Amino acid sequence: MTSSAADADYQALVFDYARSGDQDATAPVRHRVIIVGAGPVGLATAIDLAQQGITTLLLDDDDRLSTGSRAICFAKRTLEIFDRLGCGHRMVDKGVTWNLGKVFFHDEPVYSFNLLPEGRHGHPAFINLQQYYVEGYLLERAKQLSNLEIRWKNKIAALTQTDAGIALGVETPEGSYTLHCDWLVAADGARSAVRGLLGLTSEGQTFRDRFLIADVRMDADFPTERWFWFDPPFHPNQSVLLHQQPDGVWRIDFQLGWDADPVAERQPDRVIPRVQALLGRETRFDLEWVSVYTFACLRMDKFLHGRVLFAGDSAHGVSPFGARGANSGVQDADNLAWKLGLVLKGLAPQTLLDTYDSERVYAADENILNSTRSTDFITPKNEASRAFRDATLQLAKDCSFARRLVNSGRLSIPSTYADSPLNTQDTDDYAGDMVPGAPATDAPVRIGEQDTWFLRQTGNAFTGIYFADGKELSVERWKALRSLSESPTPVSLLLVVANGLRSKNTDSANILEDVEGLVAKRYDAKPGTFYLLRPDQHVCARWRSFDADAVHSALKRATGHLGGSRAQH
Amino acid sequence: MLNTELNISAPDEFYEALVDIHRFLTPEQSKLVNAKLILLLANHVGDLAVLRAAMDKAREGVTPLAQDPTLRAVT
Repeated sequence: MTSSAADADYQALVFDYARSGDQDATAPVRHRVIIVGAGPVGLATAIDLAQQGITTLLLDDDDRLSTGSRAICFAKRTLEIFDRLGCGHRMVDKGVTWNLGKVFFHDEPVYSFNLLPEGRHGHPAFINLQQYYVEGYLLERAKQLSNLEIRWKNKIAALTQTDAGIALGVETPEGSYTLHCDWLVAADGARSAVRGLLGLTSEGQTFRDRFLIADVRMDADFPTERWFWFDPPFHPNQSVLLHQQPDGVWRIDFQLGWDADPVAERQPDRVIPRVQALLGRETRFDLEWVSVYTFACLRMDKFLHGRVLFAGDSAHGVSPFGARGANSGVQDADNLAWKLGLVLKGLAPQTLLDTYDSERVYAADENILNSTRSTDFITPKNEASRAFRDATLQLAKDCSFARRLVNSGRLSIPSTYADSPLNTQDTDDYAGDMVPGAPATDAPVRIGEQDTWFLRQTGNAFTGIYFADGKELSVERWKALRSLSESPTPVSLLLVVANGLRSKNTDSANILEDVEGLVAKRYDAKPGTFYLLRPDQHVCARWRSFDADAVHSALKRATGHLGGSRAQH
Repeated sequence: MLNTELNISAPDEFYEALVDIHRFLTPEQSKLVNAKLILLLANHVGDLAVLRAAMDKAREGVTPLAQDPTLRAVT
């Protein structure tokens, strides 16, 4: 969906606190689900739940969106989720599209990587977009949903939970009130108030290094690529990252070392010479934002505590080199919302939410591992690791193997939940990456006369994809396929047909012409192959031939009805 | 499988050459040369199981005396 809404100055918006009827109720009002934190993760979760028809309340302790320099790199998978939430195109239209990263040692290029080598996907590998735009577009989408209420200046000050539900003490400019809810999603950031109120912690390691972020506004003709320097002449012995954002704003990260004075280093008289050393004295620029930060890799032990689900930075944190913070947070929301939706509708047992914990803890560990490896390369921990780092960079000039060891950040890719209890194991052989647990991949398709993308036809519900052969479907087969839409958890059905083939007996919106043969290729499909995708577009089962009973059984497994309690290993 | 039996055809010549590349180098320079040498040889070997066995063997009997350079983070 493309919105025609004009961009506001999202950093300047102030949202009025409004008194809720709940504050005047004689007994605490009970909500089914309350989300805390109107950042990208909280907004994405709230939109997803509301789209499923669930009345959702979102509380935020502030009255503004994010300001300044925070997340900027949004990955293809996240854009696909934003498509599902109705605002992906707006992000891509505004964002700076890039696929290529380059690494320099001194002033020589030593390594480059293309994050989308195969092409023909609906979205680029990455866009760069200031977090306030992402939040602004999500908020404008949220406001279109009448069953989604946002209360600004509502701060969680107390929390008690029992098996039956949660009681929240909420502070507002007009005093406190109490709310009850069945489920609480804590998307309230790295310093999560909910986590603190429950006496829980997020633990890991802090790296002994400091980085200066300078967002500068200028006219420059650098290509739209991610440029990373190790030990450049303009900033000796340290690393520098340069990245373009919309509105002529460029993100520059300068590594400073552990001994740098964080207060002095953010003063313009220190920052401007560093930026000039990179850009040259003749380039005119304005400082948009300056901050000095350290970073940590850490996570909570569990993301589900009773009736409280932690998502995004409240649950886990990573170093910024890899764009794995905001992206993984939105992917948490993607995983959480459909499961919570089914539980709230009584279509899945509460234990389905255990798989939010297991799948997203797995993903967090993968992100932390990648992020820690990058950080160990960029910020060597001891003399030996420094020597290996420098040796790798020196060898990279003329030894191709060493280029692959250079690590300036392994950028966010979604996790494959290969060991998820929601998967039905393959009983046939397949080539390629579309294993049960994998995020479904994109490819071009045509519907009627319209060229579009495969992934945009999936998601928000379970989707069955039947790869038809050139022959007419038999009435029995068609009935069996259609029966999936009548199961308690409905499955929407897509038929993939070869280029040029269109069936006459079926409603055309469900028929995807595989115009370039890439759907069949990327899914290693043959005539008769059937894939079942979850509402978050992850594969959960596939067969070489369609069997309605097998699909119903896989559907039960994917909604937590089979397999008993969660595997403990 | 890591081969710890003699596999070098001219052991004394190898050892001499190994020491020779460090002549007139400062300890800092030697450290860099050694690191490059390890990376080149590791890539030539390729097999991660063999490399892990070699790393374990090299580390055997060395008791760490340095402090953990990372800081524990709790929020």
